[in-house]
Amino acid sequence: MKKIVLLLILSIFMPKSYAQEYFPNNESIPNKTNHFTAFTNATIYVTPTQIIQKGTLLIQNGKVVNAGTNIAIPKNCTTVDLNGKSIYPSFIDLYTSFGVEKPKPAATAGRGSLYDTKRVGYYWNENIKSEQNAYQAFKYDQAKAEEFLKAGFGVVGTHVPDGIARGTGTLVALNNFDNSKQLLTDKLTNHFAFSRSVTTAQSYPSSLMGMMALMRQMYHDLDWYKKGNSKTTDLSLEALAKNEKLVQVFTTEDKLNSLRAAKIAKEFGLNYILKGSGNEFERIEEIKQTNSKFIIPINFPEAYDVSDPNQANQMELKDLRFWNQAPTNLKVLSDNGVVFALTTDKLKKIEDFRTNLIKAIQYGFDSTKALEALTTVPAALLGKSNEVGSLKNGSLANFVITSGAIFDAKTVMYENWVQGNKFVINDLNTKDIRGNYDLTIGNEKFKWKINGEINAPKSEITTTDSKKVNSKLTFTNNWVSTVVKPLDSTKTNFTRLIGYVDNTDNLSGKAVLFDGSELKWAAVKTAAFAKAIDSSKVEKGPAIMPVTYPNNAYGNTKKLTATTLLFKNATVWTNEKEGILEETDVLVKNGKIAAVGKNLSDASATVVDAKGKHLTSGIIDEHSHIAISNGVNEGGHNSSAEVTIQDVVNSEDVNIYRELAGGVTTSQLLHGSANPIGGRSAIVKWKWGAAADEMLYKNQPGFIKFALGENVKQSNWGNVNPTRFPQSRMGVEQVFTDYFQRAKDYDTAWKAYNSSNKKGKAPRVDLELQTLAEILNKERFISCHSYVQSEILMLMKVAEKFNFRVNTYTHILEGYKVADKMKEHGVGASTFSDWWAYKFEVNDAIPFNGPIMHNAGLVVAYNSDDAEMSRRLNQEAAKAVKYGNVSEEDAWKFVTLNPAKLLHIDDKVGSIKTGKDADIVLWNANPLSIYAKAEKTLIEGVVYYDVQKDEEQRKAITKERSELIGQLLQEKNKGMSTQPAKKKEKVEYHCDSLEEL
Amino acid sequence: MLATLMLGASTLLQAQQTPANKQTKSVLILNATAHIGDGTVIENSAIGFKDGKITLIADARTIRLAADAYDTTINAEGKHVYPGFIAPNSTLGLVEIDAVKSSDDESEIGSMNPNVRSIIAYTADSKVIETVRPNGILMAQITPRGGIISGSSSIVQLDAWHWQDALVKENDGMHLNFPSTFRRSGWWAEPGAIEANKDYPKQVNELNSFFTNAKAYLGDTAKERNLVLESTKGLFDGTQTLYIHANEEKQIIDAVQFAKQNGIKKMAIVGGYEAYKAAELLQKNNVGVLLKRVHDMPENDDHDVDLPYKNARLLTEKGVLVGLENSGSHERMNTRNLPFLAGTCAAYGLDKETALQLITSNTAKILGIDEQCGTLTQGKDATLFISEGDALDMRTNKLTNAFIQGRAISLETHQTRLNERYKTKYNQK
Repeated sequence: MKKIVLLLILSIFMPKSYAQEYFPNNESIPNKTNHFTAFTNATIYVTPTQIIQKGTLLIQNGKVVNAGTNIAIPKNCTTVDLNGKSIYPSFIDLYTSFGVEKPKPAATAGRGSLYDTKRVGYYWNENIKSEQNAYQAFKYDQAKAEEFLKAGFGVVGTHVPDGIARGTGTLVALNNFDNSKQLLTDKLTNHFAFSRSVTTAQSYPSSLMGMMALMRQMYHDLDWYKKGNSKTTDLSLEALAKNEKLVQVFTTEDKLNSLRAAKIAKEFGLNYILKGSGNEFERIEEIKQTNSKFIIPINFPEAYDVSDPNQANQMELKDLRFWNQAPTNLKVLSDNGVVFALTTDKLKKIEDFRTNLIKAIQYGFDSTKALEALTTVPAALLGKSNEVGSLKNGSLANFVITSGAIFDAKTVMYENWVQGNKFVINDLNTKDIRGNYDLTIGNEKFKWKINGEINAPKSEITTTDSKKVNSKLTFTNNWVSTVVKPLDSTKTNFTRLIGYVDNTDNLSGKAVLFDGSELKWAAVKTAAFAKAIDSSKVEKGPAIMPVTYPNNAYGNTKKLTATTLLFKNATVWTNEKEGILEETDVLVKNGKIAAVGKNLSDASATVVDAKGKHLTSGIIDEHSHIAISNGVNEGGHNSSAEVTIQDVVNSEDVNIYRELAGGVTTSQLLHGSANPIGGRSAIVKWKWGAAADEMLYKNQPGFIKFALGENVKQSNWGNVNPTRFPQSRMGVEQVFTDYFQRAKDYDTAWKAYNSSNKKGKAPRVDLELQTLAEILNKERFISCHSYVQSEILMLMKVAEKFNFRVNTYTHILEGYKVADKMKEHGVGASTFSDWWAYKFEVNDAIPFNGPIMHNAGLVVAYNSDDAEMSRRLNQEAAKAVKYGNVSEEDAWKFVTLNPAKLLHIDDKVGSIKTGKDADIVLWNANPLSIYAKAEKTLIEGVVYYDVQKDEEQRKAITKERSELIGQLLQEKNKGMSTQPAKKKEKVEYHCDSLEEL
Repeated sequence: MLATLMLGASTLLQAQQTPANKQTKSVLILNATAHIGDGTVIENSAIGFKDGKITLIADARTIRLAADAYDTTINAEGKHVYPGFIAPNSTLGLVEIDAVKSSDDESEIGSMNPNVRSIIAYTADSKVIETVRPNGILMAQITPRGGIISGSSSIVQLDAWHWQDALVKENDGMHLNFPSTFRRSGWWAEPGAIEANKDYPKQVNELNSFFTNAKAYLGDTAKERNLVLESTKGLFDGTQTLYIHANEEKQIIDAVQFAKQNGIKKMAIVGGYEAYKAAELLQKNNVGVLLKRVHDMPENDDHDVDLPYKNARLLTEKGVLVGLENSGSHERMNTRNLPFLAGTCAAYGLDKETALQLITSNTAKILGIDEQCGTLTQGKDATLFISEGDALDMRTNKLTNAFIQGRAISLETHQTRLNERYKTKYNQK
């Protein structure tokens, strides 16, 4: 109905006046007006904090002329009396894809992988689409504009949401009447995201870390290109250069990704506005420290339907909690001084925007801040404060007329004016017909109660003897029409009432009976409308659960701190020349092992009776893939030395806690084995609750993953994949030789440039070759995935040719066949205790491998490559005792001191020695025994796992789950819409996991 | 003599071990700690066996034997004797190398394959099989995978010339993968959510119809033959156990009802991650559980970190008969870690001898072979081994001798030979 009304307005009052002044008009006689419009007696929010009571807003030619209390009204002026009503600046959503068609996915015929681009004249990677301009893809979407207008928006930013570099965004006024004025700025923003373009089949980047590396390389290339170094034209880089001064917007769909984008910004001195995800409150401290400004969505999750306990059981606390806490995000951001604008992005329906924002306000978000986040803040972020976001003189006449405070749920939004054009949301002149009436239809008498909202009144008709008569009332444009149903519901003799309202005390009109005959009807008001107090609406929201770090099951409510602990009378596995000491004390103080000996005492220490228990240094896993976000392999290239796992450590993974429960304190998170030259490692300490960057081992030595054999030659990738070099072990050697030669040349060029005081042109920065040059310069170490003897010898030969040493062979299941050669070369071994038979190349793997290599004088470690096994590495160490008769003392070193040596961190960790980090595990039994359980796990003196605290956590989880499920059931009972109970699927990575984005 | 036998075997550098000959000479093992497998222990035991069967199991201090009562005597003082461990729900011998498709015979296409039989694809001389025996695993239930009804399993002993020679019980059970109450969305690169499977009732109904049809077919005397339906006969006459693979509580409850309604005589649950929630029902209906790999991750972030480790205890405490199975990634080569799964169950609250039952007598009962094996009991098969120490702990699981039906089997493998070869190369001891 509303649509019809609008169309009428359009065709009658707005004759084709919407073209540029100098455009020919062949459709009508031009009808240009420049009269003023004055809105009087209104509460005017010039800005969220500059408020004029009983003021006048004067506009002309789509702009604000003046706003104040003593405004002279010009002669050629239309006046609108807004007594009791309010005027707010229309909202701005600077993050939409309004009017931009969603790019279509590439036809990936046969699903074969494309490695190198086929584009001509653009950047080498098809995800860099910086040459794309939203204004070129833009087509004004009248219907969508109406949705925005109804929600109070007057101006939106729009961009093509596709690719990693997405090109420019444009600013559009939602002017449904004058298309000549819709485009405000063609190129205003420049967009980036951690998201592949759907239009490309190019494999690289296939992981989040690959995207980060690609962005870095892109910025280096930009710098190089700008200096005129390129011999060829690159339109993507040219566009980037041209658009550098625009507002840079980076889309991140998770709090951790916001931190990642901020990291890139910092490295390159950039200033991104980060488009967040709504879970910023979960890591607010780190978010705040980015000093970034944000665009925040408010797509709060719907309540889950947990009425079936079987389904509810699948849900995880983190999702239940997120439902409970998400509406607090804006308050938390605001309380922490984070500057942010709001966006409708991710909402199922734009009309939910207002509902959700009101919810956030009920959860404590300040309503003035809310208004700022929709007006002055986005305007300032865009550098458009003089044009939009306020009603200051000269601004666009974009404003909303409301019945009262804009974020009051009861408030009616009447009109949304954009550039001086009126868009009607609800009829401003609608009469209030609500009240009690005596209704007469012909000769019959009824009681009529009209209640509900002014714009949507509801009808209740009863007979004089109080029998309910079903009726339905519609009220539009001051026409009232009511269908009255017969008392006998099996009959179809409906009566229809219709009448125009000119007097709100008495209504009248004609009634059309079921047989087509007509009667007169009249209603006489007997009582005015009285608002019933709706108690359910005032009711407080559900109790909000405290945030934990991370905000999952087993998270900590506060940051854990180091304690002074004195372990008394333990069996201490020192891993030093003292060996295993009985009845010995260990003092932990200031994060370090302060003393080891008998009869120690320290007044400030908490004493732990460790009699009968075993104390060891923490387990170190040389080869792990847990706690990694979005892809463990960057397999899009045969070398990906430019990527680093340090970019993608996932501090929120519950596996971290499980590692601690298994006595693991340090792990090397390795890139996978999908390509010969993999990515750089992250050595981490499992400081559960800390931010990812705090988990990174301080001043860690550089490591990189290399790989050999079946995985890198794509032997098990199915039939569609033999397109990437190498496809044989022969080719693997050539990949290495070629890359190292190029890295050597690269290094030589840079060294020459640096030693000549940087005269002349700098060579191009190549992050991949730079990383490989670090290996040549012995500043980075290789941990190489390896299986069969031929390839093991090959890589050592390649290394020797380039005058460096392979640091570690990981997996190394045929190491026993060439242990003497490995010893000569000086490489260490990190292997599995007993894995074999899963691939052809592990056919000769034997559980005696570790012991043989150990006896041949190699440094041998046992690793996991598996989330589950890594929490039982103590048992794996024991297999060296079983299969190879390795002494218990030496076997224990396989999972502690030896991996520390391989990782060059044995100066700080790997043994119990005064002065080393207090990374310690207390076991209830001999740690090599199947019966051993970790009771306490410490890192740098902080107890991150404690078997007793774990018991409490379990109880707390059960309790909180029940409370949240209770809250959800109540939501459902209240009739709120719900979504099915579900749980996000989790992927556990192994070396050869290709599950990525 | 045994030592010479084994040395003899190790000098033959063929790929696989030669199966041992039928027991001709009787053996007496003296003074070992005998772990009977029923929860009891005899500290200084005397264990005798002849013609493949156990003839004596007693406290050595309380019996007298004639000097020539047994042909061979092994003094196992300080050592431990266990009944051979049993690996149920196993694909040993059906796949040689996981990544090599041509070596893979574990599943058929199609969803209803009750007529499929695993045993005929069982490679008795698989190189993987010989590597599980030195850790005490001497028997296995060879089980097909895939579809809804995967087919029939058979139980084998692990020292045989070929599958016929290996058989302990042919077609012991049929394997049914019960429909899941949940469904995964997304695909491997973009896993979506795990949500309720809306088709679950329909899928269960379809399964019911299949069994109703089968029963009707079997009761019809003048029938046109249908070999697929015919192959379900054993489920109705009690000669085959229906192994229902199910992990979710609701699935398990439905599975028990399903079996009852369809007149299935014997059933067991395979998997049973949430069986502890339906323990009372399982116990009341005498339904045993072959519990999924306990060295596994909790299936939900909120679950107790050690839920898989203590799961067997939770079930045992409620009177449910539990055995351990080890299916999952790298399952065949990982079979040799079965004893340590039981060890973990002991670490997380079960008494060690009760934990031992999880891979011996309980499994034998669930598989319906407990008359023949699963404990050190007079009259049962002499399928047992001697370990230097506690066989449930890696540190001490070191076998010196193993016997299958009285035959002294080789504990050598291609792996031990490679070990010897390279130790020799490097002059290591």
